[in-house]
Amino acid sequence: MEWGRAKAGAVRGRTMETHFIYMAVSSALFSVGMAGVFLCRHFFKKIIATKIVGAGVFLLLVSIAERDADTFADPVPHAMVITGIVVAVSAAAFALALARRIRIETSRASFEDEEAAE
Amino acid sequence: MTWNEWIPLIIVCSSLVPGIIIFFLHEEAHRTRTILNLAGALLKLVLVGLVYLGFRTGEVYKFQFQIMVDLEFMLRVDALALLFAGLSSALWLVTTIYAIGYFEGSSNRRRFFGFFSVCVTASTGIALSGNLVTFFVFYEFLTLATYPLVVHSGTLKAVEAGRNYLFYTIGGGTVLFIGVVGLTVLAGPIDFSQGAQLSGLLENSAFELKLLFYVMLVGLAVKAAIFPLHGWLPIAMVAPAPVSALLHAVAVVKAGAFGIIRLVYDVYGINLAVELNVLWPLAILGAFTIIYGSVRAIFQDDLKKRLAFSTVSQLSYIALGAAVPGMISSTGAIVHLVHQGLMKITLFFCAGNIAETTGLHKVSELNGIGRRLPLTMGAFTVGALGMIGLPPIAGFVSKWYLSVGALDAGQPWIVAVLLGSSALNAIYFLPIIHAAWFKQPPAEGWRDLRPKRRFEAPWMLLFPPLVTALFSITSGLFAAMSWSPLSLARVIVERVYFLQ
Amino acid sequence: MSALWQADNLPVWLVVWPTFGAIVLFLLPARWRGMTGVSFALANGVLALVTVFFVMEVGVLRQEIGGWAPPLGIALALDGLSALFILMTAVVGGVVSVYAKIYFTQVVVDSARSSLFWPLWLFLWAGLHGLYLANDLFNLYVVIEVIGIAAVALAVLSGKTRAMIAGLRYLIAAVAGSLAYLMGVALLYGSTGVLDIDLMAERLEPGLTTRVAIALMLGGLLVKTAVFPLHFWLPPAHSSAEPPVSAILSALVLKGTFFVILRLWTELFGVSLTFMAGQMVGVLGACAVVWGSFQALRQERLKLVVAHSSVAQIGYLFLLFPLITVPATAVAGGFEWAPLAWSGAVYQVLAHGFAKAAFFLAIGVLVMATGNDHKASMLNMVGRLPMTTFAIGLAGVSLIGLPPSGGFLAKWMLLSAIISSGQWWWVPFVLVGSLMTAGYVFMILRLAFAPSQHEAELKSVPRGLQVCALLLAVGAILIAFPAEWVIDLLEGTSTFGEVVRAGAPVNSGEVGP
Repeated sequence: MEWGRAKAGAVRGRTMETHFIYMAVSSALFSVGMAGVFLCRHFFKKIIATKIVGAGVFLLLVSIAERDADTFADPVPHAMVITGIVVAVSAAAFALALARRIRIETSRASFEDEEAAE
Repeated sequence: MTWNEWIPLIIVCSSLVPGIIIFFLHEEAHRTRTILNLAGALLKLVLVGLVYLGFRTGEVYKFQFQIMVDLEFMLRVDALALLFAGLSSALWLVTTIYAIGYFEGSSNRRRFFGFFSVCVTASTGIALSGNLVTFFVFYEFLTLATYPLVVHSGTLKAVEAGRNYLFYTIGGGTVLFIGVVGLTVLAGPIDFSQGAQLSGLLENSAFELKLLFYVMLVGLAVKAAIFPLHGWLPIAMVAPAPVSALLHAVAVVKAGAFGIIRLVYDVYGINLAVELNVLWPLAILGAFTIIYGSVRAIFQDDLKKRLAFSTVSQLSYIALGAAVPGMISSTGAIVHLVHQGLMKITLFFCAGNIAETTGLHKVSELNGIGRRLPLTMGAFTVGALGMIGLPPIAGFVSKWYLSVGALDAGQPWIVAVLLGSSALNAIYFLPIIHAAWFKQPPAEGWRDLRPKRRFEAPWMLLFPPLVTALFSITSGLFAAMSWSPLSLARVIVERVYFLQ
Repeated sequence: MSALWQADNLPVWLVVWPTFGAIVLFLLPARWRGMTGVSFALANGVLALVTVFFVMEVGVLRQEIGGWAPPLGIALALDGLSALFILMTAVVGGVVSVYAKIYFTQVVVDSARSSLFWPLWLFLWAGLHGLYLANDLFNLYVVIEVIGIAAVALAVLSGKTRAMIAGLRYLIAAVAGSLAYLMGVALLYGSTGVLDIDLMAERLEPGLTTRVAIALMLGGLLVKTAVFPLHFWLPPAHSSAEPPVSAILSALVLKGTFFVILRLWTELFGVSLTFMAGQMVGVLGACAVVWGSFQALRQERLKLVVAHSSVAQIGYLFLLFPLITVPATAVAGGFEWAPLAWSGAVYQVLAHGFAKAAFFLAIGVLVMATGNDHKASMLNMVGRLPMTTFAIGLAGVSLIGLPPSGGFLAKWMLLSAIISSGQWWWVPFVLVGSLMTAGYVFMILRLAFAPSQHEAELKSVPRGLQVCALLLAVGAILIAFPAEWVIDLLEGTSTFGEVVRAGAPVNSGEVGP
């Protein structure tokens, strides 16, 4: 683990393993989500996949807020997460609205038969 | 900026501006359009004449506009530029008159005359280009401006021909592009300075110089219709007669031939070209194309197609002359640029007249046509005999210089090629002349069509070929006079060989 | 702190003004939105001119908002590159706005839906300004998302099913792309503790984390720029939108993320890159040129031809990165081709922006007149819609790169840079791309000259629409002339003409998406 020279100085507080767990979980979420984005064809699955990617990213951001065990947590990542969540929620809402409209108008729920329909 | 700096730009714009205005005119505004066209053509001719007078007294005409570092737009008047600009502006005026008569009553005239003017702009621009980049810009511009003319009639055949035309010319343009960029990267911006910039590179980059010469040669050979890149020219024959006339005499093919002359004499310079030993492929291809074009022409029954293959053959005289080092041969090449233009445009005007007044397109149908169209066929005969190389018509002068130049350079095989070509020219031109004057017209068909008006054809169609035929004779007959194309060509050649 | 109207606050105004416009337009009754929207667009144009003059007179401007210096505060940076992009957005956007005003009042009658165009468009505009000015990685993320959402909303404006499916695909790709970018930002923040680009560039150390982060950020941005093979979302989205929207998406939105990549590549990633990273991005660009052109040649519908052509034209932009990324072992000095490569790529952005917008607007006219955009509807157009055919022709000339046009200048500079940098292997791609572009452009123009058997009556199209398309097409030609001025402006960019000295020696590792 080389990321963060501030981290290297942390003796007390959470150990390296804790950070490793955060890191591993967030990258797992990110990868699973990305795989879902590219592989799923169903609208909702795809949208949820983007949410999973988002969760991975936000988890990483929250976990890096603790830069130095001696001081308070860094507020900047928290601000980023909050902003990010707002953006992600609105994008997801928009995507869901679109998916719903498509569903209502064509009774389709996935990208599958798109080429056939054209 | 002084007056002298603006003049080259005004010469170029004198056809561009009318062209652009024409696009905005109403389709039915015939009178305004005609006035604009003729005014532009006259203005251009007068300006070129004035510049010629000024040039003889040593005035310098140069327009420069720096687009960016290493990329300068430059128009400059030198002797070669004057020769080509004079040719295109004179023939533009004549062809404009012819086209006005030819398109009387047909549709889409606004489009035709608009692009026609733009096309002449491109060819004057090619003439006046002062450096390689400007030349390339106008060279490509010409491709674009001529495309709508080639497909003008809008028939499927025309559209196919247009596709073919673009396939060759855009391909050639791309090849030329890489050559121009490569040379600029190698030697900085290239002015037409007889190789002064390049000769310093001879020691270290001889291979690159050779390679780039061939690359650019291929790009130019497309428009100059040198075998095996001539395929577009006979197909582009579907274009209307004025277009074929201008395309074959001045605009497109001459852009290629002029480019080859510029490449050999002004970009590389004759000494460097000889030192690099890059001219022999051009000579061989040129010689082959001369024979090949003539042989193909014999077997064409379509009159315009026969003329087209004749163009393929005649153009290579210029390439061949440029490829043989020596003053006499160079003079022949440069003067043939003008002479071929005059004679070929006459022939195409006549072919157009025949098709317009009698509806005939085939050589085999022309029996006795001389009785119906005596003046037209008279002009045709002058053009054809000139092509064969009969004195005192212009063609003789160029062939004479080319042959003597070849002997002078110690390459007698070229004389054989030229003589063979003359024989072949006779084989495909003389039967037409014979049939037109001495054979009996067919009992049916055009024979009953008597001229409705005073002349055998509308005067706008009749006068242009007569004028150009007259020019063909006078520029041969008075070749020794100081204002003749030959004299100008000699000035150019002296500069190429002595002022380095 | 300076007063609000002082020139130092110009960057703030550039972002605030269009945002304010978006809000005003959203609140106004639908029937007033058209005129007001055009007025705001014109005001944006004035603002852009002021910006350009300011940068020419004063130079690079860095503004700390509210007087708070980074890392605590947020900074905006205005330099030659951003000024140029702002100007292009203003000119293209202005003409498109006029077109949209006519289009949405005289052609589309569904006023409720079409009036939504204005707030969204101004919002998108604000986002673009934010993008050009942002000097902070997280700010970039936010504006990228703003642009993405506004762009998708615009793309689905027509309400057609096809557009909505394409829009959903676009949205998901956009969100995934920006989240990948954000992941990279998070990693970089973890190792440096700052978000400001300048500060981070000082603190960034080459290493595995940095490389992963760069790969994630680049990957995300490449998706949004529709670089091969991540371009799948572009053709359906761009081809199914309303004409003014297609013009905005292809001319401006795509270039936004390219701008970000260029900025980050030269100002932030720098030594953390490898020579191979540049080469790989170049390979993607080269493949995009060939593949996009090939696809464009195969399409039956004009809008799809043009959309695939965007993929190809974007590919040219990415040939810049291999040219300006040299191994650290390279001899110092003598990178005289780098300014050429830079200005070539920027010129490609300008030329494509004008030409592609003109193309989409012209095809919009065609669709209005004939009712569809199949290739056959182009038949005999030269006689029936001469102005529009001419616009298509001029735009095509610039796309192919024939002189005299902006596209020619771009190709000239790129090709010169390629040859003098010695990376000759890019040459065939540029040339083949040009030839293939000529193929599909003239495939369209050829039809315009061909006769048509059964000619349907054309619906009348407002003349203003045709004029707008022609204006942009003429613009694509005319931008070739002030090249020296443009390059002067670009020289006001801190990294203009510099090469990135890739930190690690050749072949020691690879970075790429």
